[in-house]
Amino acid sequence: MSAPLTDPAATPQAAAPVAPDAGKGRFAANSVVVTLLAFVVALVIGAILIAIADPATQDASKYFFQYPWDTFTDAGKAIGNGYLALFEGAIFNPNTASNGTLAGYLGPISETLVNATPLILGGLSVGLAFRAGLFNIGGQGQVVMGAVFAGYVGFHWHMPVVIHLVAAVVAGAIGGALWGGIAGFLKARTGAHEVITTIMLNYVAIYLLGYLLSVKGFQAPPYGQAISNTVEHNATLPPLLGDSLRVHSGLILALLAAVFVWWLLSRSTLGFRLKAVGANQFAARTAGMSVERSYLTVMLIAGALAGLAGVTQILGTNTQITGDIDAGIGFDAITVALLGRANPGGMVLAGLLFGALHAGGTQMQSSTGTPIDLVQVIQSLIVLFIAAPAVIRAIFRLRTSGEGVGQQLAKGWNG
Amino acid sequence: MRHSMKTVAAVGAIALLAAGCGKPASSNDNTTNSSGKKLTACMVLDTGGVDDHSFNEASWAGLQAANRANPNIKISYVASNSQNDYTPNLTAETNKGCDTVIAVGGLMATAVAKIAKANPNQKYAEIDAPSSGANVYGLQYNTAQGGFLGGYLAAGMTKTGKVATFGGLNIPPVTIYMDGFWEGVQYYNQQNGKSVKVLGWDETNQKAGTFAQSFVDLNKGKQISQAFIQQGADIIFPVAGGTGLGAGAAAQASGGKANVIWVDTDGVVSAPQYAKYFITSVTKNLSDSVTEYVNKAAAGTFPTGNYIGDLSNDGTGLAPYHEFESTVPADLTTQLAKVKADIISGAIKISSPSQPK
Repeated sequence: MSAPLTDPAATPQAAAPVAPDAGKGRFAANSVVVTLLAFVVALVIGAILIAIADPATQDASKYFFQYPWDTFTDAGKAIGNGYLALFEGAIFNPNTASNGTLAGYLGPISETLVNATPLILGGLSVGLAFRAGLFNIGGQGQVVMGAVFAGYVGFHWHMPVVIHLVAAVVAGAIGGALWGGIAGFLKARTGAHEVITTIMLNYVAIYLLGYLLSVKGFQAPPYGQAISNTVEHNATLPPLLGDSLRVHSGLILALLAAVFVWWLLSRSTLGFRLKAVGANQFAARTAGMSVERSYLTVMLIAGALAGLAGVTQILGTNTQITGDIDAGIGFDAITVALLGRANPGGMVLAGLLFGALHAGGTQMQSSTGTPIDLVQVIQSLIVLFIAAPAVIRAIFRLRTSGEGVGQQLAKGWNG
Repeated sequence: MRHSMKTVAAVGAIALLAAGCGKPASSNDNTTNSSGKKLTACMVLDTGGVDDHSFNEASWAGLQAANRANPNIKISYVASNSQNDYTPNLTAETNKGCDTVIAVGGLMATAVAKIAKANPNQKYAEIDAPSSGANVYGLQYNTAQGGFLGGYLAAGMTKTGKVATFGGLNIPPVTIYMDGFWEGVQYYNQQNGKSVKVLGWDETNQKAGTFAQSFVDLNKGKQISQAFIQQGADIIFPVAGGTGLGAGAAAQASGGKANVIWVDTDGVVSAPQYAKYFITSVTKNLSDSVTEYVNKAAAGTFPTGNYIGDLSNDGTGLAPYHEFESTVPADLTTQLAKVKADIISGAIKISSPSQPK
């Protein structure tokens, strides 16, 4: 597993330095197949859950032994409608498109992109830390701090157009970097485990936000609710496709961040050092690299990326902070990073997939009454099957071998 | 993760499926027997789920009641998992063709205002925030009035001359109750020449006061309540959701020395394990006001402007005494009726700064 260090031929452009060199090509192809099959299996299990949760199917099942066919037709209807709604909410909805407006045609795609934006940024944060051998569970706290810093600059400072936005975005990145950096510093200086420190810092951030939402100057008048002031228009991320669609330029920010992480990991010396530390910190130390400085650096950058996820939340999607501004992004980011195999391109795709599932889930809940929690289940199942590829191989009788994503990435636990 | 209950429910459903046998229900047994217009009322819930023992549940119960009484009212709800879901949920419900979309929770106010402006022909109702336009009906609750009665009752019932209150967070939806409670005690003192003290809150000093900083931490609530009991308080009014259950636990531990006035819902119903210690509850009647709104809408006229739930329309008030029925002096109950009438008539002015305007 220390390919980059022992094999001088493994230059930074080797796409998956953590994979064994010998089986690289086969492993990559295999992982795509496993990922797709995992998605299929998750959808099948999701379908069963939709059928079980459907009241009509439940009623029909009461007389299953007299009229078994009723149960199947009702279940089929429920599943068909559920997944149709999922598609309509995420990709294209003929019902809203029929009114001919831009929002009617592109609304679902716009919603998918809005949901994907913070997931991509959060995934990049967790994935980058993975590559350096750290398990960043602090996405939640970093997102919150990013949103708090960006939001505060956004509603409290008064600045001209462009400058205000840049200031708020930078503030958000600093907020996240600060929060991630604390964990990195503790790891580097004292060896405190980042899993523990980042989880604890999540609590600190959440309760700090709870306090701030009761402080005048942060809280919105007439102080009737735990909600912050509204970010000034100058500081908001402009919409990409006009006011009728919610997709905003935070998406550009996310894609630029993905390019940056790709460059960092595969083109820069710093990235090489981070990966070396991630692959084998003892070998890296022997080679003369500062493991401590790498930990601090990667947590600063990872924190900044998660902070940017918070930025897109407060300057793009919402304009006011409430207690759940994090919206589960910090934890969903871990699944994005796992599904994307800590690979920038993969994480963009994973973020888009989960964004689509979430956008579709909203529509599914509204038009068929299927709880949106189902989407969370499907999402988790996909990652579960990818982490345990042996299950998928057993189901589909695949013969090729390769290790699960968990094995590649769980190094952080022992770090 | 936090939705694991639903998974458990799904597993339970499998068990039901397995046990399934019987006859198909006749397909004609629920034909609409009452004539009249159909109305679809859709509800967008705030975070916490439909079974939150709090305002989501109470609001949805209001819709269910309307549907039970009039099957022509079709109801449905969507849940929000975070503030990210407010706008998409409101948009989806608007596109679905609901006759009215009811948004639960003041945090949604900005999203509702925006979408109502973009869809001027769609009717909306917004709970816990004022109306933001001609097509939005705002439902708010002046719970200071109910709190006032609670405070008056507490002052009349205390044996130690000390009563206490604490909140979950120092935010107006919480402190409005505490203001009312405090004012009720002061009014009792003034009327009866007593000097009952309120621990934990002073309306004239809104910055101070005792707060648990949590709506779920039962232990914190117990700790605070026991501190109050040690200082001599024998009636506690927690305004802190689940944290307030700690007051029930403290009352239990005190062996009946201290008792509790519950908040929002009738405590004897929502937290029956402490029924023995609940003198009464200061209620916020979300359910009935929601039912009333959709009933009016179903009758043909959508209410507009603002509804303010207060003592005059039972939007707030005191729940029955239940186990304390025989303990509360009849004279005190008579006085309370007079106080209530005086608040409604305006003879008693409540000064809480958190009241809806």
